[in-house]
Amino acid sequence: MSDTVIQADNIGKKYRIAHQTHRDYIALRDVITEKAKTLSRRFLTPLNNRKSNSPLEDFWALKNISFDIKQGECIGIIGHNGAGKSTLLKILSRITEPTTGRIRIKGLVGSLLEVGTGFHPELTGRENIFLNGAILGMSKSEIKKKFDEIVDFAEVEKFLDTPVKRFSSGMYVRLAFAIAAHLDMGILLVDEILAVGDLSFQEKCLGKMEDFSKGGRTVLFVSHNMTAIRSLCKNVYCLYKGQIVNSGPADEIASDYLKTQHAGLKDSSCIEERNHEAIKNLSFYFSRVEIQNTKGEPADIFKYDETLVMIVSLSGEPLLNTYGVSYHMYNNLGQLVSVGASGAYHNIYFNKNTKKIKIKIGPFNLTSGGYIISLLCWHGEGPTAILADNWEHACSFTIRESQPFRPGRDISFKEGTCIIQQSFSAAE
Amino acid sequence: MRRIDKRLTFWKMITTQSSQIRSNRELIIEAGRSERQYWKDLWNYRELFYFLAWRDILVRYKQTAIGIAWAILRPFLTMLVLTIIFGKLARFPSGSAPYPILVFAAMLPWQFFANSLTECSNSLIGNAGLISKVYFPRLVIPTSSVIVSFVDFLLSGVILLGLMAWYNFWPTWRVLVLPFLILISFGAAMGAGLWISAMNVKYRDFRYIVPFLVQFGLYISPVGFASSVVPEKWRLLYSINPMVGVIDGFRWALLSKDVVFYVPGFILSMSLVAFLFFGGIWYFRKTERTFADVI
Repeated sequence: MSDTVIQADNIGKKYRIAHQTHRDYIALRDVITEKAKTLSRRFLTPLNNRKSNSPLEDFWALKNISFDIKQGECIGIIGHNGAGKSTLLKILSRITEPTTGRIRIKGLVGSLLEVGTGFHPELTGRENIFLNGAILGMSKSEIKKKFDEIVDFAEVEKFLDTPVKRFSSGMYVRLAFAIAAHLDMGILLVDEILAVGDLSFQEKCLGKMEDFSKGGRTVLFVSHNMTAIRSLCKNVYCLYKGQIVNSGPADEIASDYLKTQHAGLKDSSCIEERNHEAIKNLSFYFSRVEIQNTKGEPADIFKYDETLVMIVSLSGEPLLNTYGVSYHMYNNLGQLVSVGASGAYHNIYFNKNTKKIKIKIGPFNLTSGGYIISLLCWHGEGPTAILADNWEHACSFTIRESQPFRPGRDISFKEGTCIIQQSFSAAE
Repeated sequence: MRRIDKRLTFWKMITTQSSQIRSNRELIIEAGRSERQYWKDLWNYRELFYFLAWRDILVRYKQTAIGIAWAILRPFLTMLVLTIIFGKLARFPSGSAPYPILVFAAMLPWQFFANSLTECSNSLIGNAGLISKVYFPRLVIPTSSVIVSFVDFLLSGVILLGLMAWYNFWPTWRVLVLPFLILISFGAAMGAGLWISAMNVKYRDFRYIVPFLVQFGLYISPVGFASSVVPEKWRLLYSINPMVGVIDGFRWALLSKDVVFYVPGFILSMSLVAFLFFGGIWYFRKTERTFADVI
């Protein structure tokens, strides 16, 4: 027998998505009327194709996924929102069935798709440890054995007999983490849980970790955090629209992914037009954005200390005589880097007839990597302004050559979001 | 940087923790495959089943002033009302048994059935978070709801004992059949519960239907009166309600000898219970695989 623990062969998952109804569940009434309609139609026009105007459409969330994972490997899974990462984990953990394909798994699977699944707010910390442990697949004797360890770890001894609804959110997360960390399964499926937990708790983890000996545990890890992926995983699969488009060593794939995310996402153009789906219900909205350098040339790559100019076009009619514009800037880790607002920060509002606005951002002082800008516009002024449009991911740009201190020494996301001037010298 | 480092160490701790790869069992996931592993899994997850039932019982009476006493008070008050209306005002016959005992012998299985139905109907929706995030045989959830109702059933049983002591009315050897009858009412509650819970996932209409069913059921089942009140020619038709057979069985076992056992009706009721039960399992199993996608 080889040491392959997970062998996936051509998995696919099909969902049916409804176009007409916006309800998230079906009412019996609709089924009955729909059945009656089709029935009467069949009687009235027996020659018609029955399926012609069905509102349902097939959607493949995953298609042709095949891979082998060996024991002890830590595999990262990356991809855009909706690429199928979570669906893949759900299939592997048997929450939902694949439509096609076959998976062989050797050993017990523990899934951590969410921290604190099944916590009941009315139950005490003690009761929740048993409940959550059982939900994650631990046996009662196992939980009993590890109970003290878990409590110690989560630092909630004093509150063991308090209902968790009275816990602070930090305590809640710590307890949930602690249970998850004591899960003793050969294969772990993890969906982005590193995003939570406070600093002092992680400090605690640091001290505790030496107690644990090495073991051959297999991990599948879904994340948007490339830094985490790079340092934890040896190999990475990149999903795009339900298919594995790229796989290989973590460093390579992660940097490829980052490149495509801000360049390939919208064909690396400096002009973005709004698509029609998003704006059809809006009265006042952004229609176009163009990014330039200070000389007025289109550009989407900047040096760390340059200035970016956005030319924003708006369409439609604002509800009031004036309107304000703001933006949010994120880096590729999804962290909010900076916010700009015409009204709140500068008390500048635009006349309703102004339809083109120039926004100057910079000089930056940013670390190198990809950045994304979301645009918002508001009817009216001050705190009572009403949000008119929120264009997420309106445009993106890249910072290259963040080498403020020493040529050739690039400072990237790993070393903070911004660059602050600094000097070092011997004190008196 | 330091912060990231710490995250990573935590991570490494999770991944390298002394893990015994406990079993070498091989699992195959495939469309339609789950059937073969299902019943074994149900056994493997028996502890989760126990914990869920335990949770529901704990949560139910938390932060209530009189706590578990509600489980006794509710059926007791219902019994009082039914006794006064049917026994005192309408003067229905009760045979040799005191009217409260006649009513209560029927209320035990009826309340068990009605509570199970109510609990089950919302059980899957109420645990939507669990269903979409963790795997376990979904059958565990409605079953644990039935168990919770069963605990109430046992508690109400205490009242019956109290009533019997009060009226100094003791059952005969027939009481030995009671465990068998409890099993049947279990089957009826479970079967109906499975149907309702599974349908409720897809068609939320059922959460409005169930309270109706329960309300009507109290009057169309022989709870407040003896089923001998029903004219002889309608008896068989009346027994289409599966609870008729169960309730008659309970009365036959608990009350004195003058309760006549209506065999054809009982057989009809029992076959309907069997249909409800096995059909319920079948339907539940059929729809279960899509729960996580639909809920």
